Amino acid sequence: MKESLKSRSQNLLDFLNRGRTPYFASIGLIILGFSLVYASPRSIPGFLLFVFAASSIYWLKMNRAVQLGLAVFLAVVLVPILGARNLFYLEVIFQIAVFSALALGLNIVVGFSGLLNFGYMAFYAVGAYLWAFFGSQQPYLLHSTVTTKALNTPFFLAPDWFYLFVFLGVIVAAILGLLLGLPVLRVRGDYLAVITLAFGEIVRQLANNLDKPINFTNGPQGITPIQRPTMPEGVLKLFNQVIQPVVGHRVTENQAYNILFYLIALLVVIAVIVITYRLDDSKVGRAWTAIREDELSAGAMGINANKLKLGAFAVGASFAGAMGVLFAASRTFVSPETFTFLQSVGVLTMVILGGIGSITGVIVGATVVTLLNIQVLQSFSLYLSQLRQSDAVFLGFHWKNLSNQLDPTKYQRLIFGIVLVLMMIYRPAGLLPAARRKRELGGEPEGESLEGKEA
Amino acid sequence: MRPFMGSRNLRQLLLPIGQVVVFVTGAGAICSLVMLLLALLFRGSAADQALQATQGVGILVYTFNSLPQVLIDGMTIGFVYAAIALGYTMVYGVLQFINFAHSEIFAIGAFCGVESLIALNKMGVLAKASTMGAFMYLGLALLVGMAASGGMAVLVERVAYRPLRNSPTLVALISAIGVSFALQDLIRLTESLTTGQFYRVIPTFGNFDDRINLFRLGSKVIDIQVKSVVVIIAAVLMLVALNYLVNSTKVGKAIRAVAQDKNTAALMGINVNAMISLTFLVGGALGGAAGVMYALKFTRIDPFVGFMPGIKAFAAAVLGGIGNLTGALLGGMVLGMIESFAGAYLGTYTMGAFGAEYKDMVAFLILIVVIVFRPNGLLGEHVSQKA
Repeated sequence: MKESLKSRSQNLLDFLNRGRTPYFASIGLIILGFSLVYASPRSIPGFLLFVFAASSIYWLKMNRAVQLGLAVFLAVVLVPILGARNLFYLEVIFQIAVFSALALGLNIVVGFSGLLNFGYMAFYAVGAYLWAFFGSQQPYLLHSTVTTKALNTPFFLAPDWFYLFVFLGVIVAAILGLLLGLPVLRVRGDYLAVITLAFGEIVRQLANNLDKPINFTNGPQGITPIQRPTMPEGVLKLFNQVIQPVVGHRVTENQAYNILFYLIALLVVIAVIVITYRLDDSKVGRAWTAIREDELSAGAMGINANKLKLGAFAVGASFAGAMGVLFAASRTFVSPETFTFLQSVGVLTMVILGGIGSITGVIVGATVVTLLNIQVLQSFSLYLSQLRQSDAVFLGFHWKNLSNQLDPTKYQRLIFGIVLVLMMIYRPAGLLPAARRKRELGGEPEGESLEGKEA
Repeated sequence: MRPFMGSRNLRQLLLPIGQVVVFVTGAGAICSLVMLLLALLFRGSAADQALQATQGVGILVYTFNSLPQVLIDGMTIGFVYAAIALGYTMVYGVLQFINFAHSEIFAIGAFCGVESLIALNKMGVLAKASTMGAFMYLGLALLVGMAASGGMAVLVERVAYRPLRNSPTLVALISAIGVSFALQDLIRLTESLTTGQFYRVIPTFGNFDDRINLFRLGSKVIDIQVKSVVVIIAAVLMLVALNYLVNSTKVGKAIRAVAQDKNTAALMGINVNAMISLTFLVGGALGGAAGVMYALKFTRIDPFVGFMPGIKAFAAAVLGGIGNLTGALLGGMVLGMIESFAGAYLGTYTMGAFGAEYKDMVAFLILIVVIVFRPNGLLGEHVSQKA
């Protein structure tokens, strides 16, 4: 049954990849998806179709230039238009981008070099707090107690600094990654996982408690407002001239900011993807794989394992640092609650679901989990609360008696947990396993693919 | 067949009690000494002057006067940590694997124990219970908690760990994290569906909140809560029972054999799977009992209650030398003491700059430092680190 399904889908793919069909299929899908979302901005099937259409660019065989052109057109023209019509989708795509970058960063540590990291959110937190501190009025509040009152003083740094801070976030997070990496030189396996967990918790607790003696983080209240970067001159005007007729209403400054953040996130993600691809195929990437599979033999081959492990931690951390800065600016608010162990495991779930070590897989994993988190669960919650307000009776059960604690959006842990356990038991290599792994494994059972065999 | 109270058995029964006494007094004495030395160093500092101004005593007197209370608190929480740490260390000893879900096993024990007490309370028997009766009901709740936790631990092993037994440790570890998260939300789901709230408060009954006056120190009365006494006695009893089970029975010998070498143990006719299940059962039951004791001491529990005690108990197990039962006891005691001292004195000594909220961080720091610099722990035999 499973085999026949597989061969049938392969047949379909072969059929679609014949001659000019992929061009028509992809463009047709995009037009269909776009017009569906355009016509009814709230429809979820339409949006899912649109996402599917976007991914078709990747998996249909087409001319490289056409693929690139379609992707750019989709990302730079179509998505902003749809986003201006319904901000929610822009938010979804923004989050997918953020989490893709995070998952790709974690993938370098966990997937490429086989070091389990449960404290990954700490680097994200460092990036976020970096801009939150310097891009807000917090430096003026160092000696006052925790407050939520708005200040009249100007922001500490001019908004243009944001662009520099994206790079600063990279550097600071990388340095912190090196620091966390130091114990890595002595510790392996599950002990390392526990150390990273402790490290992540320490960073979160510092964020929570460093409101005294000197008020760096404003404690559990978090820092707000944080300023956004300057919008390049005239962009809003241009936007309104070009897009307004298509969107159907004037694009406000707020909406324009959302589009701007989406574009910046897109840039960062593309940079991250390019870097990851280049690393994977480089000498460093192969050395990481060698360390992951067998550190002793890797050492015998002249690979400096210590240096490379530290490098993996630093590179993985730097992606999170950049995204953290972006996150702080886009939310204009950070608090320790964002950087919990739950979030670290969430990113790990993305990596494992998609396929540990596989770049496409990780992006798919990030997309699926993010969609699940902020769209599927939310609409399911909404549906349940509608049921609750209705008088419907199902098999003698009155829906209005349904406990209002039953809110699927609050049960992320359950989903992450079940996904992790099921993936580990049935598909430890992920939904889309890395190509190198597939090659390597050949006839070997899948269970041995995550890590080297026990030493 | 040897008589039960033979001299060897008696020794096995008394040994853990002796260890407990040594560890409690040792850890307490060392922590107190360090604290008093610190107090001597801090004489004349700003913190000292602040204390003189507000309370009229110097920092040395202040430290000395509060020592007994801090020690009692540290001992109580230390026993809870030790009971949880035993679960981690037993599983690690047998499978060389960190059972991350143990913190949720602990939470399940806490919830089942508290739920059974709430049910008894609804039936009205708790309010009428005599002092003796109250202890019996508490014992009942402990048993319910132990049974639920033990059963859940065995189930988790069967479902999520056994299929992965021959995979690399990291695969099993990720699975354990998954179980831990899923269980947290399962508890939350069941609890919130039944009453609409996901936390529970243990009903007040019996004389557990009363304080027994121990002795007088200057003008200060040093006392201990009845529930702390209950926690300590229950923990010591469990330790004795566990020690007897592992070291003096045939089953215990089989568990130790499996821990040493699974394949050879199987050749000797030991049912390895059954022994592993038994290990989870015993470790889980200890965790469940610790959960009920925790609920008794801190009264309010929520589904995420297991995380902090769990990670601290793991730190305790590592500190004592993971895989080593005595080590878990020692580690729990040391960690409990350090935490209690940090909670009590950190705020005073740093003039409020770093308060008791940093005591959680102390446990994490200890964990990192021990793993990095002495992964075998205080008492550990050589632990091979498997990738």
